[in-house]
Amino acid sequence: MRKSGIVGWGAYIPRYRIRASEIATLWGWEPGVPHGLGVEEKAVAGVDEDAVTIGVEAARNALRRAGVDPARIGAVFFGTESKPYAVKPSATIVAEALGITPNTMASDLEFACRAASEGMRAALGLVESGFIEYGLAVGADTAQASPGDVLEFTAASGGAAFVLGPAGDSVAVLEDVYTYVTDTPDFWRRGLSPYPAHGEGFTGEPAYFHHIESAVRGLLEKTGLRPSDFDYAVFHQPNGKFPLRVAKKLGFPREKVLPGLVTPHVGNTYNGSALLGLARVLDQARPGQRILVAPFGSGSGSDAYSFIVTDRIVERQILAPRVDDYIARKTYADYATYAKMRGLYIRTTF
Amino acid sequence: MRLSPAMLWRTRIPRYRLVGRECLECGRRHYPPRPVCPHCGSRRLRDVVLPRTGTVETYTVIYTVMEGFRDRAPHVIALVRLDDGTRVLAPLTDVDPSGVSTGMRVEATLRRIRVDGDTGLIGYGLSFRPLMEPRQGASK
Repeated sequence: MRKSGIVGWGAYIPRYRIRASEIATLWGWEPGVPHGLGVEEKAVAGVDEDAVTIGVEAARNALRRAGVDPARIGAVFFGTESKPYAVKPSATIVAEALGITPNTMASDLEFACRAASEGMRAALGLVESGFIEYGLAVGADTAQASPGDVLEFTAASGGAAFVLGPAGDSVAVLEDVYTYVTDTPDFWRRGLSPYPAHGEGFTGEPAYFHHIESAVRGLLEKTGLRPSDFDYAVFHQPNGKFPLRVAKKLGFPREKVLPGLVTPHVGNTYNGSALLGLARVLDQARPGQRILVAPFGSGSGSDAYSFIVTDRIVERQILAPRVDDYIARKTYADYATYAKMRGLYIRTTF
Repeated sequence: MRLSPAMLWRTRIPRYRLVGRECLECGRRHYPPRPVCPHCGSRRLRDVVLPRTGTVETYTVIYTVMEGFRDRAPHVIALVRLDDGTRVLAPLTDVDPSGVSTGMRVEATLRRIRVDGDTGLIGYGLSFRPLMEPRQGASK
């Protein structure tokens, strides 16, 4: 066991949803495509929301659970690929809104969907080295997809946040972590391009599967653990099918994956994706259980973490809304309203 | 609609954290913070973090919105009485106007209030949305 862990966790999912079937009808996709992706509907940020406001909501919930004075947080890492400003940190807005400023590190990280996970690793390392007492890692996105692209079925809005701190105050202590990255061009967005491009089938085997499998196998080899030692397995979830397939390849049964599978209900929230899954697992985990979580980011890389749940978790589960509360709270939007919310109309200022 | 960096910077703490003022003479609170107590005229004030939950006292629905707010229309503005009694005027979000009623419970949230075109600043600030209470007991 290491000397750091998760002290508090928080989720946020915007209220609005659009059904995948509505997107399929509008763009003339074969009706079975959304089912093939394992996604029924996706969460859509309201017109006054963005990655920063989503991140603040999730982080506020994480702080409520952690019960830590915000001034004791010494690092804020914000992982997103939907930065409201290309230049001007989102992390400082989050830190200011939550009363963490001014005595803190703060920066935005970019590694496609894995940036927030790198933020977790960095914060855990800073805690263990004694540089900071607590750190905050936030993953939030209002994921972009070109209208009509297959990505539009899944690209969703939401986020999760974690207060990281000493093992003695943790609800889930870090047992170990293993990271695997290479230069793999599976998904990208150039500077002034509004929508990402992707390598179609290339996003699967050489990217998602190779990196997650390598990270998880690396962790198992390093720790001597086996899939049967884990009670939950959470993977990055770009759709509803990939996490179940990678679990099968690694030897994790479906029942250990389903508790942390949120994409079928809310879509792929990019930096929120696997971390919302982790939050949903923490919402229901019991002391002594072991959790595997393996976020993935295109470009490409994956971190495989093993966490052991402590006795403190039960009292903190009720301190903030759970992922399922947000999944259940929803208002459907039609495509025209969704297009307004996501700024898809070309308009002059009114 | 140009957003001034100085204005956004000066007002960020009250807008981000719902910080108001309490009068050291009459004990009453107000928001947003002013240099003089609006209730008794005293200048002896202290900053206070106000409660984030409250009740809608009254509201109006604006269809003829100001420039820059067409994508918010119809825009609901409410007078919210916070749980400590402080009254706050702010937008309601995540609601359809037909779903708003006096007496509804709301909570403060940070949202985009104004956006200065495609190249200017984004003004974040206070909105209220329907209250979401954490449920008791464990989930399945």
